[in-house]
Amino acid sequence: MIVQNQIESKLADSFELLHLEVLNESGGHNVPPGSESHFKVVLVSPEFEDVRLLARHRRVNEVLATELAGSVHALAIHTYTDAEWRERFGETPMSPPCLGGKSGEKA
Amino acid sequence: MLALNRAQVKRSAVMSEEVVATINEQIANNHIILYMKGSPQAPQCGFSAQTVQCLIDCGEKFAYVDILSNPEIRATLPGIANWPTFPQLWVDGELVGGCDIITEMHESGELATLVKNNTATE
Repeated sequence: MIVQNQIESKLADSFELLHLEVLNESGGHNVPPGSESHFKVVLVSPEFEDVRLLARHRRVNEVLATELAGSVHALAIHTYTDAEWRERFGETPMSPPCLGGKSGEKA
Repeated sequence: MLALNRAQVKRSAVMSEEVVATINEQIANNHIILYMKGSPQAPQCGFSAQTVQCLIDCGEKFAYVDILSNPEIRATLPGIANWPTFPQLWVDGELVGGCDIITEMHESGELATLVKNNTATE
């Protein structure tokens, strides 16, 4: 879980995120059990508005450059704006994002 | 630390002018070129296989380079492309993207439009 946690925290620190998913898909590949070599990341961010896919992926690759140069062999990247995410997964809408209120405060 | 050192060594050792020239030539001389692991007939990686399938679905001919049998290209191209992974699809001298981008463009129909426009200008 070391690499997975590292990927998660780096992405969380680098993007304004509505949704983040980091999946270790190494189990489906020809690597020893417990490997952290193949990952899939899903990011939903308002920062992707009007940004081409190539540029979005470049940003993710840059944030994870150290991991990609090291033990991470494959990285599947899926990036969406809020609207794209809702359109794609309209059947199961995501939970609303935190708006910064503290617990105990009324919504 | 180990990871960084490995990448640095890789980059400096093989970024020869000759390899850079070869890559530039390949990209300039082929309207559609895919840098992949294995060949379209026998891809050696799931991401490469999926990208090839998207291209085949579009019905256009494309050139390819097997980076597994060309380690110097494998080591050099990411630096030129500003793109760390393979496969890489290049159309008209421009990087289009890797497997996830190609798949998404294929689903939306954008990929077919791109490669067909490209053939029309050939």
